[in-house]
Amino acid sequence: MSKISIREAINQTLREEMTRDERVVVMGEDVANRESGGVYGITAGLADEFGELRVIDTPITESAIIGAAGGAALTGLRPVAELMFIDFLGVCLDQLMNQIAKFRYMFGGRATTPVTIRTMIGAGAGTGPQHSAILYPLLVAIPGIKVVAPSNAYDAKGLLAQAIRDDDPVVFCEHKAIYTEECEVPDESYTIPFGQARTVCEGTDVTVVAFSRMVLLAGQAANALAAEGISVEVIDPRTLSPLDDEAILASIRKTGRVVVVDESNPYCSMASEVSSIVVEKGFDYLDAPIRKVTAPHTPVPASPVLEKEYVPSVAEIESAIREVAAY
Amino acid sequence: MNYSLETLYEAYRTMKLIREFEERMRAEYQRGKLPGFIHMYRNQEAIAVGACMHLGNEDYIASTHRGHGHCIAKGCDIEDMLLELACKQEGICKGKGGSMHIADMSKGMLGANAIVGGGPPIAAGAALTARTLGNGKVSMAFIGDGASDQGTVAESLNLAFVLQLPMIFMYENNHYAEFTRNPKPDGRIAERAGAYGMPAVTVDGSDFFAVYEAVGEAVQRGREGGGPSAIEAVASRYYGHFEGDAQQYRDGEELESSRRSYDPLTKFLADDRCSDLDSSKIKQIDDDIQDLLNAGVERALSAADPTPDQLYKDVYVSYRGESA
Repeated sequence: MSKISIREAINQTLREEMTRDERVVVMGEDVANRESGGVYGITAGLADEFGELRVIDTPITESAIIGAAGGAALTGLRPVAELMFIDFLGVCLDQLMNQIAKFRYMFGGRATTPVTIRTMIGAGAGTGPQHSAILYPLLVAIPGIKVVAPSNAYDAKGLLAQAIRDDDPVVFCEHKAIYTEECEVPDESYTIPFGQARTVCEGTDVTVVAFSRMVLLAGQAANALAAEGISVEVIDPRTLSPLDDEAILASIRKTGRVVVVDESNPYCSMASEVSSIVVEKGFDYLDAPIRKVTAPHTPVPASPVLEKEYVPSVAEIESAIREVAAY
Repeated sequence: MNYSLETLYEAYRTMKLIREFEERMRAEYQRGKLPGFIHMYRNQEAIAVGACMHLGNEDYIASTHRGHGHCIAKGCDIEDMLLELACKQEGICKGKGGSMHIADMSKGMLGANAIVGGGPPIAAGAALTARTLGNGKVSMAFIGDGASDQGTVAESLNLAFVLQLPMIFMYENNHYAEFTRNPKPDGRIAERAGAYGMPAVTVDGSDFFAVYEAVGEAVQRGREGGGPSAIEAVASRYYGHFEGDAQQYRDGEELESSRRSYDPLTKFLADDRCSDLDSSKIKQIDDDIQDLLNAGVERALSAADPTPDQLYKDVYVSYRGESA
């Protein structure tokens, strides 16, 4: 075990998977850059170790990056393509939504597209409206792709290894504001199966389902409320598609109360999806209305003051938990 | 360049098979036997055949919505295609793709594509596989004159040049982007590709020999590590954008004259290089094609539709860890 950050865990996993399987290639903007290894240094050192045939710097052309990653996956490689910020999804969505996601289905099950798309999500760095969104609900809505969003280094390592070894297309969402979060991570390689939530902390009064960076905030809220005598259970689904409905429902069966916390915009979001699942399949367990804590229906502002207002806070989460606990 | 009789018969057979396959599909479509849209390839047969005769099963192509000719030239099974056009369970895509998504990975056929300009990035990816594995294979994207204006094509040209991918941009300029006459002069599309730094030529797309020779050079360049190439094959669209489009936007005389002057089969048989072809052998080929189509159409139209459970199959290899 070593205490490493999410950033280091991702770098380590890329290195391990490239060593394990020579079909794995890394491609994207600046990924082979020897000085930086990308904007946040995630791919640092890979080009030196594996060479420029397997760590491929591309032009700033997202349709070509994502489409070529799909075509390479279709023909025998296991590419890990970097879509630098998920906001750039707008540039290349066709290649993901109409091509990669549909290959297997529209070709009658005779095509396999083992591509991983790593992408940065989230606000908190002052990067403004076109570099800070979450957007993964758009992808969760598309059949044929899987969507993953780790909240700690241990999960990042195991889920990324699974994504790269997975035979389906996976979008791996990395929240840029938690890259430096550290935890104990095994030195050896391991995978975490998709569709299995993690119980972050156990509790009996209120269930909080939180995604990506919001898991950290939910954990802080749970700690703070323990002092007030409210016992909070935090569930991190870890994978958004497939989503572990069972774990969420099992927790609510125990607590009867739920708060869903998601940094994406509120409509057609993970928060609304979880709420829908709970109402449809867990209505009888509920002792209080569901509360959603999300970003508002606005773009992400650049102003640090407004951005702080935009992102759900620990205080908002605490307040929502208190509200449903008291209902 | 010398052509063996075997090459000439193969070229004739494949062009004629495409022609007759489509005429038969057109008839069945008009009888209401095929769902959806179909897009006819007539008079562009020399391009698919002249190009794909240089490719093996481990070379790749990405096709277009007007893809039947490419599929046949790349070796897709005729009966499996007919079954797919009829959207039957035993179709090449189990009835879920239809005319615009015929694909066969075992033949290096990465799919017809219903998104105009959707194919070139995928073909670039296949070329990236070939480059990474260093196996001497090449990848080809078919691109219409309409698609040539798409950003995906520009991005792919650039990527292919920057990474020196073994890729051929095979443009088919049939002068019409759906219902709209493409205003670019012939050769402009190749010029654009050439501006990215790669060799680019313009050829008569109704001349099998011209296409075959230009593609031959491009494929060799790709196999030898010489990077991408572009070829603009100038053609004429015989039928409308899709079957049912009466082309009222086209001048009748221009249409009729281009239909005659751009017929690749007439041109092929009239070429001196084909003077040694035996007319009885040509007739035998024609008869065999009719037999193949008759049997295939009969089977396709009487075959079983997909069962309802197929709706849910093949979205993922495995979504929740269940075995595939």
